[in-house]
Amino acid sequence: MTDPTVVDPAAPGFFARLALALRVLFDAVLARKLLLPEPRALPPVERIVEKPVEVEKIVERVVEKVVEKPVEVEKIVERVVEKTVEKVVEKVVEKTRPPEEGALHLLSILQRDGRLLDFLGEELTGLKDAEIGAAVRLVHQGCKKALATYVVLKPVHTEPEGTVIVVDKGFDAHALRLAGNVKGEPPYKGTLAHAGWRAVEVKLPERPAFVDARVIAPAEVEVR
Amino acid sequence: MSTSTTARFALGIDLGTTNTALGFVALDDEAASPAALPLPQVVAAHEHAPRALLPSFLYLPSSSELPEGALALPWDDRRGFCVGGFARDRATSVPGRVIASAKSWLCHPGVDRRAAMLPFGAAADSDVPKLSPVEVQTRLLTHLREAWDAAHADAPLSAQRVVLTVPASFDAVARQLTEEAARQAGLSDVVLLEEPQAALYAWIATHGEEWRKQVRPGDLILVVDIGGGTTDFSLIEVKDDGQGNLSLERKAVGDHILLGGDNMDLALAYRVRARLEADGRAIDDWQLRALTHSCRAAKEAMLEDDRLPEQTVVIPGRGSKLIGGSIAASLSRAELDETVLQGFFPVVDAAARPAAARRAGLQTLGLPYAHDAAITRHLAAFLGGQRPAALLFNGGVTRSPTLQQRIVDVVNGWLDDQQVRVLPGADLDLAVARGAAAYARVRASNKGLRIKGGTARAYYVGIERSELAVPGVPPRVDAVCIAPRGMEEGSEAAIDSELGLVVGEPAHFRFFASSKRERDAVGAVVDVARAGDDLVEVDPIEATLPGQPGALVPATLRSRVTEVGTLELFVVETATANRHKLEFQVRGDARH
Repeated sequence: MTDPTVVDPAAPGFFARLALALRVLFDAVLARKLLLPEPRALPPVERIVEKPVEVEKIVERVVEKVVEKPVEVEKIVERVVEKTVEKVVEKVVEKTRPPEEGALHLLSILQRDGRLLDFLGEELTGLKDAEIGAAVRLVHQGCKKALATYVVLKPVHTEPEGTVIVVDKGFDAHALRLAGNVKGEPPYKGTLAHAGWRAVEVKLPERPAFVDARVIAPAEVEVR
Repeated sequence: MSTSTTARFALGIDLGTTNTALGFVALDDEAASPAALPLPQVVAAHEHAPRALLPSFLYLPSSSELPEGALALPWDDRRGFCVGGFARDRATSVPGRVIASAKSWLCHPGVDRRAAMLPFGAAADSDVPKLSPVEVQTRLLTHLREAWDAAHADAPLSAQRVVLTVPASFDAVARQLTEEAARQAGLSDVVLLEEPQAALYAWIATHGEEWRKQVRPGDLILVVDIGGGTTDFSLIEVKDDGQGNLSLERKAVGDHILLGGDNMDLALAYRVRARLEADGRAIDDWQLRALTHSCRAAKEAMLEDDRLPEQTVVIPGRGSKLIGGSIAASLSRAELDETVLQGFFPVVDAAARPAAARRAGLQTLGLPYAHDAAITRHLAAFLGGQRPAALLFNGGVTRSPTLQQRIVDVVNGWLDDQQVRVLPGADLDLAVARGAAAYARVRASNKGLRIKGGTARAYYVGIERSELAVPGVPPRVDAVCIAPRGMEEGSEAAIDSELGLVVGEPAHFRFFASSKRERDAVGAVVDVARAGDDLVEVDPIEATLPGQPGALVPATLRSRVTEVGTLELFVVETATANRHKLEFQVRGDARH
């Protein structure tokens, strides 16, 4: 994933990027937008054009940023001008994490605070319900607290369950699942059977990228 | 952004025995209610997250215990120790490397509080770098300063108006040590405030002008503050200033009682352990700590909901077999009532007094925990027949409606026919920090109500009377009042009668405090031998005056209460009018 030659398939193709780079040079309005406020920032871009591979990279980032957060454009261009291209790439890499990292981190927290993996991993056959019940309280208490700390949840639908509601045309089928006697076109009238859950905010603790997220819980040694 | 050196915020710091919090409010917003600053802290190795409370624990890992950078904070990626949540959690696994309750050591006159002595009781061959109680407090406060500065780069904490709370029961020495820790942490201009007063300021801030309708002139407000490790009482009187305006005056504070929620959890755990051991199960230290944790949860659940007949307490399996290796027991309502309600909150009458401490000839130097666990008996002794009209609760333990009701019932039993009113409190965990911030704003703007009261204690210097020596009879020591109770900030007092002072070598004085003697004026003489419990000996004070060793010079004694809220004592040479500051000796061993 750190390989700078890997190209995002969704990104503009080579010619499109070259055209963008040329546009930067010849379209004064766009150039000002990207490089404001100092016009003296222009020469380095010219120099970069001499190294086509790097131009690709830079223009790609700049264009992405312009769409989302114009304020940051200044900063990135300044960086490119004053420092090396590699620096920018490094910065991007640092923010990239394996997609499973968040999931592993959450598992790690639920294990740490509520022993969830121990519980799920345990064979329940042969254990008495009372024993399981006692342990479940522990798991429940710990996981509940952890969840409340790191994830802000609210129901998808705010009406109390059991309320009769009307589902209008154009409803979000991802956030609302129909069941029962579904036919024809909305509006539908029905009872809210489950209010759903929505994560309003996920705020896991900060953790540096080099930490091996696959260690969900360290082994413990009681030193004598 | 430019860094401003003028204060923009009023800050309140609750440096608690078990949890620390930071409240703040903008100085230019008179109507705003103080908020708590989320405090980033290490919550696990390599993880930090903001929390409203910073557990007052300090973890000193060995060099090989954790991977490099495991205790990194947003503002320091190489930190070698940590305070807060992870430190508290590690106390279960590596108790010898975690310092807890440093605050309780600050007011322990039996030990040198500037000496590196914590973690207390660490094994003789331990390689843990020990710290003094003052240093631990310094590190907690430093963490707060760093957290604030990281969030407010343009308004550093050192430039803001900061109020730091201390227990009302902290004596002059503990206050000075707290101020010292703050200074070392880079908090140059803190002002000290008693915690129960801070709780009352929080109550006022929550209710705005409405608070005036909830109390009447002549009312005594009792503040009952029960935290994890300490219990603190204060009595505040509502007065009418003659023009129809209400004012508040702190009338009395209790003595320092090392008794709180942690004691209750431990008492329950011991009880369950005894039962398990009677069944032939051995419980090791790790399991006892897990059991205490489980008992706390059971206690909180049953005190929250009094319909629960029992709760299961579980010692989980240490290994990955959670259920198979677990030990479960039940804690019944009857046991909880007996241990917590009867043990800590027995129904007693107004004349009840705590059992006096019996001093053994040899004692360990551990913390001077309360001998009598009955908080209601301590309360009866504190009130001494006074009748509160209103009650304000503070501290995590009082979150329980059952315990609140119990305390109200007991207090009502001491009143004739009227009932004590419970003032609806704010957030019990954060009230002190928020109230302190509200007070910091009042001080800065000079607008708003201030609780009067001055010093909570009267202070006395021990002076030996020159008498004919009688074999077997120790010379009589008189305690001469040098600072009467209720001295306001910025005021001075002087003992006019001259003393002969030894020069050229350290001159020592015994030093006493009293929270009970309210009428002694400056210069009042009390016979130490007859004063009994009225006088409590504090750390001795000393000064070295220049001159020919052994010579005597005539001098007088003076006291001053600083704007910070600490007490300073001076010797003034009569001939030259030179002032020499008397220092508190906190070495512990120098006690008589």
